[in-house]
Amino acid sequence: MNEPKTIVEKIWDKHVVHREEGKPDLLYIDLHLVHEVTSPQAFEGLRMKNRQVRKPELTYATMDHNVPTIHRNVIKDAVSKKQMQTLKDNCSQFGISLADIDHPDQGIVHVIGPELGLTQPGKTIVCGDSHTSTHGAFGALAFGIGTSEVEHVLATQTLWQAPPKTLKVQVNGELGSGVTAKDLILAIIAKFGVRFGTGHVIEYTGEAIKNLSMEERMTVCNMSIEAGARAGLISPDNKTVEYLRGKRHVPKEADSFEKAAAEWKALASDPEASYDKVVEIEAAEIEPQVSWGTNPGMCLPVSASVPDPNQAETANSKEEIERALEYMGLEAGQQISSVAIDHVFIGSCTNSRLSDLRRAAEVIRGKKVNPKVKAIVVPGSFSVKTAAEAEGLDVIFTQAGFQWREAGCSMCLAMNDDIVPPGERCASTSNRNFEGRQGNGARTHLVSPEMAAAAAIEGHFVDVRKFTEATLHS
Amino acid sequence: MEPINKHQGLVYPLNRGNIDTDQIIPKQFLKRIERQGFGQFLFYNWRFHDDGTPKQEFSLNDKKYQNASILVAGENFGCGSSREHAPWALQDFGFKVIIAPSFADIFYNNCTKNGILPVQLTEQQTKQLMTRAETEPYTITVDLENQLVSDAGDFRASFQVPAYQKEMLLNGWDEIAVTLTHADKITEFEATRS
Ligand code: SF4
Repeated sequence: MNEPKTIVEKIWDKHVVHREEGKPDLLYIDLHLVHEVTSPQAFEGLRMKNRQVRKPELTYATMDHNVPTIHRNVIKDAVSKKQMQTLKDNCSQFGISLADIDHPDQGIVHVIGPELGLTQPGKTIVCGDSHTSTHGAFGALAFGIGTSEVEHVLATQTLWQAPPKTLKVQVNGELGSGVTAKDLILAIIAKFGVRFGTGHVIEYTGEAIKNLSMEERMTVCNMSIEAGARAGLISPDNKTVEYLRGKRHVPKEADSFEKAAAEWKALASDPEASYDKVVEIEAAEIEPQVSWGTNPGMCLPVSASVPDPNQAETANSKEEIERALEYMGLEAGQQISSVAIDHVFIGSCTNSRLSDLRRAAEVIRGKKVNPKVKAIVVPGSFSVKTAAEAEGLDVIFTQAGFQWREAGCSMCLAMNDDIVPPGERCASTSNRNFEGRQGNGARTHLVSPEMAAAAAIEGHFVDVRKFTEATLHS
Repeated sequence: MEPINKHQGLVYPLNRGNIDTDQIIPKQFLKRIERQGFGQFLFYNWRFHDDGTPKQEFSLNDKKYQNASILVAGENFGCGSSREHAPWALQDFGFKVIIAPSFADIFYNNCTKNGILPVQLTEQQTKQLMTRAETEPYTITVDLENQLVSDAGDFRASFQVPAYQKEMLLNGWDEIAVTLTHADKITEFEATRS
């Protein structure tokens, strides 16, 4: 019998173009996703050296970071406008497909890849964006790269990469009701820290992972980079296959689709495969999470209180806790549920898919957003938006007092006009709570869509499990 | 890219861990389409008040570090976003070497593609460098060829760097040109899959 292999090893072995002693492998790239922020200098580099894009048909571009979400064609910022125009020009010069701002396929790069079926098991996928790990949910090896590497892939369709170490994160048991994929990944990062994945590709396994839907798996893989891992993936199974069936870029004919599906499933890690590192976590012990600090590892169960720097645990030093509390305007020992919020943002490549919006809408149905809170929903793509509107989710949100916006990255990084003002506090379904991420001086608390929805109604954090229970019985 | 081999320079100590690329260069400066000119925005929100006046309390604004070219920082330097604008800003500002107990993967890679040398030392060694640089103008030498950091006194620390990255940095190679020497292999590979 063949030596048991992990999915990472199986994908890797199929993509090595050239191997040489003392060098990384030259790895072939199957799909290169491009957006407007990290690509202009790469295309410029090609032009300067008179180079071409080797495989335009394996390259796909979208506009997401800068796009306005109120009137998509009114781009006030001249520099943003120029950056977007530059992508358009580059795509037409080099023959690359682009989901332009008014294209029905437009959306956040990590939302549209899977929607279009561009993302498939076994592919090597890169993008000049650290949340490329999202695509790992399909059992693809997907990782973020810098702009020089973007240029390299454009020119050669390859990258020099040393084989990564593998890290198995096994999630035992089942998540409790009202506890989401977002809570799971936040709890994993809080438990093991923001560096535990550095140098590794994470494979998420275990009963709780198997039970997640594809959209939930994307939420988990999305935040692998927040644990330091460039990539995170999940072995493909029937759910993966069913999600992809009928998508635009997968094989059309029933026969060829079944053949592809069989190959995909064969990529799953062998049961006896060995990993460089293995950690475990019990799903049943996880509560809904709220981040309190300035990195995604600084998270708490909603029932807990903000840490005291004088009782610093190992993950964060006394100074780190002090700095974070000061930036966040929180007191040591304060109940996290007592913290009042000014903004709610439901969106980003972590939590802006149809199922995220459905679950948030369920929480707010028939209720009103607290008058002190400004709440917005930004669907991850044009097609998520259309689908949500077709089932009336936009009406539920707007009747509750949410603003219903156009698709894009929006307040996840506030490169467009959707900015949290200094000192104000936002319950956000995005992935980063770094200082200034949502605006200079802005205070971000990472939560699930359900928790964000409940906080919008109450004006402060609440345990969404109690919140929905109370509503059901009232 | 410019080759780098031996660099002697003044140390700027930044005693914080998990410095993310959003701090190194905030998003409002990522809209430019050029590679140059990002130095003025380096650590922008730490260096400047909202009205654009410098924050005196932030150490990089201290005159004594004005000509520093070696940044020494805490663990997990460069985590978060893949933005290459971060190394571009550091380089444009004048930094040639970054020393830390650990680096985020993408950031480390991005440095080596731009002729910035990331040096991984132990927690204790970085602390030692930081403490000295905090008390006096402190110059050290970083020797890539011999993988050694040293000062005029008794500080000596060797460091690891992957052979491939070392070669790239020492020669200042255009990586794409190197890869294109394997173009026939890429074509061959493509032929087997279609
Ligand atoms: S939604 Fe946020 S994290 Fe995702 S790609 Fe856009 S900016 Fe990056």
